[in-house]
Amino acid sequence: MSVLVYTESENGKFKKTAFEVASYAKAVADQLGTTVTAVAVNADDVSELGKYGVDKVLKVSNADLKTFNAKSYASVLKQAAENESSKVVVVSSSADSKYLAPLLAVNLDAGYASNVVEVPSSTSPFTVKRTAFTNKAFNITTIDTNVKIVGVSNNSYGLVENSASATAEDFAPSVPTSGVTVESVDKVTDKVTIADAEIVVSAGRGLKGPENWGMIEELAEVLGAATACSKPVSDLGWRPHSEHVGQTGKPVAANLYIAIGISGAIQHLAGINASKVKVVINTDPEAPFFKAADYGVVGDAFEVVPALIEKLKAFKAANA
Amino acid sequence: MKILVCISHVPDTTSKINFTDGDSKFDTNGVQFVINPNDEFGLTRAMWFKEKQGASVDVVNVGGPETEPTLRKALAIGADTAIRVNTPAVDGYQVAKELAKVVKDGGYDLVIAGRESIDYNGAMVPGMLAELVDANFVTNCISLEVDGTSAKAIREIDGGKETVSTSLPLVIGGQKGLVEESDLRIPNMRGIMMARKKPLNVVEATSAETETSSVKFEKPASKGAVTLVDADNLDELVNLLHNEAKVI
Repeated sequence: MSVLVYTESENGKFKKTAFEVASYAKAVADQLGTTVTAVAVNADDVSELGKYGVDKVLKVSNADLKTFNAKSYASVLKQAAENESSKVVVVSSSADSKYLAPLLAVNLDAGYASNVVEVPSSTSPFTVKRTAFTNKAFNITTIDTNVKIVGVSNNSYGLVENSASATAEDFAPSVPTSGVTVESVDKVTDKVTIADAEIVVSAGRGLKGPENWGMIEELAEVLGAATACSKPVSDLGWRPHSEHVGQTGKPVAANLYIAIGISGAIQHLAGINASKVKVVINTDPEAPFFKAADYGVVGDAFEVVPALIEKLKAFKAANA
Repeated sequence: MKILVCISHVPDTTSKINFTDGDSKFDTNGVQFVINPNDEFGLTRAMWFKEKQGASVDVVNVGGPETEPTLRKALAIGADTAIRVNTPAVDGYQVAKELAKVVKDGGYDLVIAGRESIDYNGAMVPGMLAELVDANFVTNCISLEVDGTSAKAIREIDGGKETVSTSLPLVIGGQKGLVEESDLRIPNMRGIMMARKKPLNVVEATSAETETSSVKFEKPASKGAVTLVDADNLDELVNLLHNEAKVI
C-alpha cells in the first residue's frame, strides 16, 4: 500500500528532483497513513533518501538499465508498484519521467496527472492542482482510478527533510526488450540544465547578437544558474532551441528567473510564470515584462549586467 | 508509408485565458483557435515525408464540430484526409483510446502527435497511444528520418539530446526542431480551395471511458507591482534578492 516514488539518478548520483519527489511522496503517505518506497535504478548510495522521508528503497542494479529507456523503466516501475501494492506512484517532471509516465499509466490502468504543484487537497476523491494553459491557469483535477500517478512539477514542492532512515532492499525486476535503442547521448555535463536549475538567466533580442552572450554565461556562472533565451533568439539561431523558454519552448519553474533584454511577450511570460521570483533588466520601461516581474532595472544590459556580475562576485566573496 | 498526424484544436498562443460556468469551463468567447504548435511542427514534417517519400498523410482530431476549421486548415496545408472522432476531448486516456481505434482501423505506420497540447499540457496522449497500439514511442522528438521500416530520431533530454534508432510502427511526440519555425506553411489560396473538396470523415466515438475529471480552473493570483531598482544602485538589487526574496 506504500506510496511508490521513482527517484532518478544519473551516473549513480541522485538528481535534486529525486529528493523533491521523495519529499512530496512522504507528504502523500502521511495523508494516507502509509509509508514511502522509492525505486532507485543503478544508484550508488541510497541512504540519502531517508533524509527526505523514504522508508524503503527498492535497489535495482542492472547493466541493461544503464541508459534510460522509457519502456524498460516503465516496466521496472510497474513491477515495483505491484510488488508494493502501491495505489499512488509519484514521478518528477523531468524529460525522462514525462516520457515513461504515460506508458506506466497504461500498464497499471492508472490515471495520470502531470505538472502537479501541490499535495492533494483531498485523497478521496484524489484531488490535485496542476498547471494548465502553459502556466496561465491551474486545473483542479481528480484522479478517479484505483491506482494513481502524480507527476510533480519541478521546484513546486521543494525539499522537506525528515529524520527517517531508509532500509535498502535489492529488487531484480525483469527488463523487457525495447524497440527503441539509444545510439548516442550528447549532453553537456558541466552546466546546470534548465530543468534542474534553481536560477535561470535568460536573454533576448536586446542583446543584439550571439557574440554578446559571454556576459550572460558569466552571470549564470556566478549564480550557478542555467542559461535560457527568448523565442526570437532561438529562431534567429543565436542560441540552440534547447534554451528557448516559453509556450512552445521549455517551461521554467525556477526560484529566480532573470530576464535580460526580453520584452515579455505573452507566450514567454506564460512559459516562465511558474518561477517564483522574476527580475527584468530592460532599456524600455514600457516593456510588458515589468508588469510580470518582482524586481526591475531600467537600463542598458551592456552596462547593468557587467556591473551586476561584479556586485554578485563581491556578495559571494563576502558570504562565502 | 501511412502517416497519421494528431491535431489538437487549441487557443492561439496570444489568447487571454478566462473561465466560465463557475470556473469549470474554458471561456471560448473571442478566442481564436489554431493547430496546436507542437502538432504543426509534426504536420509539416509529415508533408516532407509526403513530398519526398510518397507517404500518405491523414490528420485526426478528437472533438466536436467546432474543431473542423482547424482540421480544414491542416488539409489546406496539404494533408490528404481528415478524421474527426465525434466526442468532446475529456481526458488524455479517453483521447488516446479513441486515437488507438483510428490507428488500428487505418493501419497507420507512423503517428506524429505533439509532445503536449498548449492548453491542457498533459503530455500523455502520445505515450498512452503508443502503449495501447503496441508501437514504439519517442517523445520530445526534434529530428525524424524514416528509411523503409527503420527510423532514426533525436530526442531532447534535460541538458542535451540523444539519438535513437527504432522501427515502425512508431508514435512520435513532436516539437519545434522536427522542422524549423521558418518551415511552417501558411495555407495558400489553392490549398484552401482544395481543402474544401478533401474528405473530412466524422466517426463516432467508441466509449467514454475516462480516468481523470476536471473539477475547476483557477487563475494565478495577480502580482503586486514591480519593485524598481536604479541601474546605479545594483547593491540594492543584490540586497533585495538576498534578504527579501531569499533566492541568492
